Amino acid sequence: MRFTKLKALAVATATSAAALLSSAANAVEIEYWQYFFDARVTAMEQLIENFQAANPDITVTMTHFPYADYRTKVAAAIPAGEGPDVVQLFYGWLNDYKAASLIQPLPADAFPADQIDADFFPMVSAMREGDNYWALPTAVRSLALFYNTRLFEEAGIEAPPETLEEMLEIGAQLTKRDGAGNITQAGMTMGMTAQDHHWFREGLVRQFGGEPYLDDYKTVNYNTPEGIEAMEFYVGLGAEDGIGAIGFMDEPQAAFKAGLAGMHIDGSFRIGSLNNTRGLDWAVTELPATADGMRSNYSSYWVNAITTKAEGEKYDAAVKFMQYITSDEAMQIWLDVVGELPAKPSVGLTEANANDPTFGPFIRGLEYANTTKFVNESAQRQLLIDLVERVKLEGMSVADSLAIAAEAEQELLDEFYATN
Amino acid sequence: MNFYRNLSIRQKQIAWAWAFLALPVVFYVVIRFYPTGNAMVISFQDWNLLGDRTWAGWANYEKLWNDPDFWKVFRNTFVYLILGTPISLVISFVVAYHLDKTRFMHGFIRMLYFLPFMTSAVAMAWVWRWFYQPVPIGLFNNFLADFGIPQINFLRSTTNALPSILAPAVWAGLGFQIIIFMAGLRAIPQSYYEAARIDGVSSWSVLFEITIPLLRPTIVFLVVFSSIGFLRIFDQVFNMTTNDPGGPLNSTKPLVLAIYQSAFTDFDMGYAAAQTVVLFLILLMVSLFQLYLLRDR
Repeated sequence: MRFTKLKALAVATATSAAALLSSAANAVEIEYWQYFFDARVTAMEQLIENFQAANPDITVTMTHFPYADYRTKVAAAIPAGEGPDVVQLFYGWLNDYKAASLIQPLPADAFPADQIDADFFPMVSAMREGDNYWALPTAVRSLALFYNTRLFEEAGIEAPPETLEEMLEIGAQLTKRDGAGNITQAGMTMGMTAQDHHWFREGLVRQFGGEPYLDDYKTVNYNTPEGIEAMEFYVGLGAEDGIGAIGFMDEPQAAFKAGLAGMHIDGSFRIGSLNNTRGLDWAVTELPATADGMRSNYSSYWVNAITTKAEGEKYDAAVKFMQYITSDEAMQIWLDVVGELPAKPSVGLTEANANDPTFGPFIRGLEYANTTKFVNESAQRQLLIDLVERVKLEGMSVADSLAIAAEAEQELLDEFYATN
Repeated sequence: MNFYRNLSIRQKQIAWAWAFLALPVVFYVVIRFYPTGNAMVISFQDWNLLGDRTWAGWANYEKLWNDPDFWKVFRNTFVYLILGTPISLVISFVVAYHLDKTRFMHGFIRMLYFLPFMTSAVAMAWVWRWFYQPVPIGLFNNFLADFGIPQINFLRSTTNALPSILAPAVWAGLGFQIIIFMAGLRAIPQSYYEAARIDGVSSWSVLFEITIPLLRPTIVFLVVFSSIGFLRIFDQVFNMTTNDPGGPLNSTKPLVLAIYQSAFTDFDMGYAAAQTVVLFLILLMVSLFQLYLLRDR
């Protein structure tokens, strides 16, 4: 008895040692980098765990950095042969990374471009070049209208706005002013510094009948009567008799969070922080449509790509890892943990997800969303901030101010595409 | 070893001096001079942090010269300097002059003035940002609204924003300047004042004929010190206008913030370096001017 036990133990030790040795001999270690955002890190940890369970011969190490240092670190590490094999980047940075040879295209056999076109939401096609995709997202983001259900109830409003007109009416009912005419409760938050510049570009301009850009986002096209009308509508929200004010409560999301604004347009990534706000009752609905039901939305995403550092067996492991993090399973985990939307309709538009009271409006928004191809998002945002400030603070007409912004943005685009 | 033994005492002293100096010299070369030189080289290049650096000649400086935003920023920087330095010096001198004569709770009052100087500029900027908000949260505007006075746009105004941001910056620097002024006042020999009193000189004359002239080294030091401070203002501006840094419409943007944005939001390192070289030259001139004023006569 004693002998058999001992023997069994010896055999067990030997086999596990052998297993350890063999896995050590075959183990490929790859590195994954992303910027630090709590929920994203948790979700990725979960994905890595699942991936390693399915591929015991591959180890994935994740490193994350504060957003502010991200680009600098990636740029310094990869040419030095250090750093990530798979890297996460904002879709708008792809051209820079490509030009600097930091990333390589995904292999066509593992990522057939036509299959991806069919499987993913259409805006992902911005990552395609010829027969290759350069990068793929796990999740995408879109905009929706958050509204404060407590304020709606107080004012006796039963349903959230379906159209822009209803939005104005409801906004007017919710707006409160003091004796001097200062807003003390806003019907709607306003501010190009937040998500409103996306709402204007891809939402309002299209809804007013315009087309914000032409030639694959290389030509600015919002300086048209339709664009001017769209901007006049936006600026009108903050007029003397409007339903909001720029700078009210410092920031749009702060006003909404404090329960002092009835409606607020923001991205799906805001859900997490609103969930943790005590005493705030809120719900989400799709961005308001025009009178004839036309809707338009903006979507953006972070993508994952394989860097030029990955070679040989690391490259193969990186391809496998990329396949996993763009799989249906990974997308569902990302949605559940981070609250960002799946990049494939097959996952996003499942019955459960599309009818989810919180995620539903965002996911339905993806179907009619456009993705602006920014060359320098913060600079392009600044142009719209300044556009509105010239109207509000210097009394310039909307048409004149819009013309200045359009010209400046065209210059920015020309400068970028001249060298890329 | 033989070589060392053959040196004279004087030469040995020199060798040891250099041995000890080597550390700070290496430190300065690696930490100060190398990046400075590198920045000057980058200012003639195009670099987006990711790709290769390519030579651009004078293109960055030409862009700078033709950029209306740069001139606006340049102007703002000097407005901070021209308003900030005299205002802060006059206030701190008046406070120091009177505090010097006060015995009642002297230490406590001095501590109160010094407190803001020890506070983090970031925390202070956010508190003042809150003070400046419109109704219903802003402290100042709520106060005005209570009396039925229309609210003032402190930060969202092209004319008010710069002075609004300057005010906490001046306030935060007062403590330090007051301490320096008081040290300067204490250093003036009492015998001059006694002589003046015996001669029956008016207190205005004492102030203008004795105190201020004898404070000259202190004043020169503070002028230069605070000038450099205001030329490099960043924390207050950035933190009070984070949503639209340096805004609205660039009306509060100082040179340092413009450099930061060129480098780390536009990733245009060459252009940022060119602006840095300009800032360096301005600071160099201010420092040389200081040396000229403080030279021995």
